[in-house]
Amino acid sequence: MVEITYANAIKDAISEEMRKDDNVFMMGEDIGVYRGAFGVTGGMVEEFGEDRIMDTPISETAFVGAAIGAAVSGMRPIVEIMFSDFMSVCWDMILNQAPKMHYMFGGKVNVPMVLRTASGGGTGAAAQHSQSLEAMLCHIPGLKVIVPSTPYDAKGLLKSAIRDNNPVMFLEQKLLYRTKGMIPEEEYTIPIGVADVKREGKDCTIVTYGRMVHTCLNAAKQLEEENIDVEVIDLRTLLPMDKEAVLKSVRKTKHLIIVHEAVKTGGLGGEIAASVAETDVFNYLDAPIKRLASEDVPVPFCPILEKGILPDEDKIVKAVKEVLA
Amino acid sequence: MKTDSKIDKALALDLLGKMMKARKFEEKVQYYFSLGMIHGTTHLGIGEEACAAGTCSALEPLDDMFATHRGHPAAVCKGIDINKMMAEIFARETGVCKGKGGSMHIADKSVGVLGANGILGPSLPLACGSALAHKKLKDGKVSLAFFGDGASNEGAFHEAMNLASVWGLPVLFVCTNNTYGMSTHISKVMKVTDIEKRAIPYGMKSVTVDGNDVMEVYNTVKEMRKYAYENNEPVLIVENTYRTSGHSKSDGNLYRTKDEINYWKERCPIKRFKERLLSEGIATQEEIDNVDKETTEIIDNAVKFALDSPYPKLEDIYDDVYAD
Ligand SMILES: Cc1ncc(C[n+]2csc(CCOP(=O)(O)OP(=O)(O)O)c2C)c(N)n1
Ligand SMILES: [Mg+2]
Repeated sequence: MVEITYANAIKDAISEEMRKDDNVFMMGEDIGVYRGAFGVTGGMVEEFGEDRIMDTPISETAFVGAAIGAAVSGMRPIVEIMFSDFMSVCWDMILNQAPKMHYMFGGKVNVPMVLRTASGGGTGAAAQHSQSLEAMLCHIPGLKVIVPSTPYDAKGLLKSAIRDNNPVMFLEQKLLYRTKGMIPEEEYTIPIGVADVKREGKDCTIVTYGRMVHTCLNAAKQLEEENIDVEVIDLRTLLPMDKEAVLKSVRKTKHLIIVHEAVKTGGLGGEIAASVAETDVFNYLDAPIKRLASEDVPVPFCPILEKGILPDEDKIVKAVKEVLA
Repeated sequence: MKTDSKIDKALALDLLGKMMKARKFEEKVQYYFSLGMIHGTTHLGIGEEACAAGTCSALEPLDDMFATHRGHPAAVCKGIDINKMMAEIFARETGVCKGKGGSMHIADKSVGVLGANGILGPSLPLACGSALAHKKLKDGKVSLAFFGDGASNEGAFHEAMNLASVWGLPVLFVCTNNTYGMSTHISKVMKVTDIEKRAIPYGMKSVTVDGNDVMEVYNTVKEMRKYAYENNEPVLIVENTYRTSGHSKSDGNLYRTKDEINYWKERCPIKRFKERLLSEGIATQEEIDNVDKETTEIIDNAVKFALDSPYPKLEDIYDDVYAD
C-alpha cells in the first residue's frame, strides 16, 4: 500500500487509463500549465501533450457538447468543469444530450464519457462556487453519479467510470483534494453502484457520502466513547444507488440517520428515507428517520454562516442520541 | 480613438483618485488575505484600474453596471460606499451584502452596482434586460456589462450581442481585455483576437481603446454612452489592458514571464497618468500627493470600519432568501 492524496489518486486513475487506451483524453479550462484550479492535472500536459490534455476556450456548452460528440464517435473523453456550479452554463448537454442518446436512439449509440467537476463548499467561495448539486443529477435517468470520499474510492471508481459506456458524473469534493489515504500499488477498480460500510456498528445506521463521510466517522468515534456503536455507510455512487446496503444495515441497527452537505429540501436524504419507508424494513425502525443536511439557503460567504448551515459532528452526535433515546 | 489633449483638472484629479482608491483597496485586501484575515478567494484587478475608473466615471451616476468576478475596481469607481464594501470582504454584517456575498458578489443597487458575478457570461444578458427596462421605463438610464476576453467565448456573450442589436437596447458591452483567461492566452482560444470585430456580424458599433489610458477610456465611454442612449443601440467597447496581479490566490504565474509582468508594471495606468498630469502641467506634485494621502486615509478608515464591525448572526441566515 502507498499513501496518496485524493487529488493525486484522481490524476493517477486518469493517467493510467490514458497510458492504456489512446482513445482516452481530457478537455477542460486551464488543465494544462495551470494544472487545473485545484492542481489535479499537474504534470499531465508534460506527459501526454496538448493533444490529449486539451485546454479549452471558456465555452462550456461547446466543449462539454464536444465531449459527448467525441464519445458517440468513438473516443472516451474525460471533461472537466472547474466548479460543479458551472454545469448550469451547459445544462442542455448534461440534461438533454448525454443521458438521453442511448435510450432515445434505441440502445444503438453509446456515450462513454466522464464529466469531472469540483463540488461542495467550505472554501469561502460563496453562493455560486460552493453548491452540492448531486440531487439534480440523480433526477436524470441515463446518468451515473459518483461522489468519492477517499483517495482509494476516487481512484478505483474513476477507473471504472472511464471504462463505463455511459455518461458518468464524477463529483470531486473540494475540501478533500489535499487529504491522504492508502491505496494498493497494484491496479484495482471499484464497481459503480456499490456502497461501502466505512464503519461497522450495531446501534444506528448513518447513511452519507462525500466529505460528510469523515464528519460522520468522527462523530461515530465520539459516540463510541459513550458506548454507542454507529454504522457508517458511504454510498459512493448515488446513481444507481445501492439501496440494498442501506436496507441491510437498517434491518440490523433499527435506526437511520441520513447526512449530506446538499440542501435538505429535494436532497437525496428524502430519496433514501423513502426507499426504506416503502419496504418492510420500515417495520424494523425503532424511531423516526432523521435527515441532517444544509439549511435551505444559498451558501453564504461569511465563514461563520457557511459552517453554521451544515451538519457537523456535534449535530450528528445529538441526532444519534435523539433517535436512540 | 484619440484622447482629447486638453484635460480638465477637476476631472483629472477625480479619475486619479478613483484609480488610487481602487489600487489601495486591493492592496489592502491582498495584505489581509495573506494574513488569513480575509476568507475565501479574491480576484484582483491590479493594473486594470484605468478601465474601471474611466468607464464608470463616464456613466451617469444612476446607470446600471454589471461587473465580473474581478469587480472590485468597478464597484469602487461606480461610487460604492468604501467602508461597507471593505466590511463585505471581511464578511461583516455591515457589509454591502451583509456578509453573505463576499469579494465575488459585491453589489449595491443604490449606486447602480448590480453585482460582481462568479459566473462568466451572464453580465451581458443581464445588462440587456436592464437596458430593456430603462428603455421601457424611459428613465434616462443605460446599462453596462463588464466581461473579460475569456468570457467573450461563452455562448451568453454571442446571444446577448444579437439580442441587444436586434432589439435596439441602450447597453454598453465593455470587454476588459487583459489577454488572459486564467492562464490561457487569448491567441490560444480565438482565431481572430481583435474582439472589436465580434460586433460586425451583429451590426453593432464597436471601438477599441488603450485601457491603460484613463482619459482615452473616459472620453470614449462618454461618447458611446451618449450614442447608445440617443439611438437606442448597443455598443461594444474593448479596453486593452493587463492584470499584473495573479488570476486569484492560487496563481503560480506559470504561464507568463516576470519580464512580461514587469513590462506592464512599467505601463501602470496610475503611474502613467501621474506623469502625464505633471508633464502637461495639469496638476502639481503636491496636488497629486494630496490625492494619495486622502485615498490612503479613506482605505485605512475602511479597514478600521470593517474590523470594528460585528459578524452576521447565524439566526439570520434565512433572511433575504425570499423577498417580502
Ligand atoms: C461559466 C464559468 N466558467 C469558468 C469559470 C472559472 N473562471 C473564473 S475567472 C476565469 C477566467 C476569466 O477570464 P476573463 O473572462 O478574460 O476575465 P479575467 O479573469 O481575465 O478578468 C475562469 C475560467 C467561471 N467562473 N464561470
Ligand atoms: Mg481576461
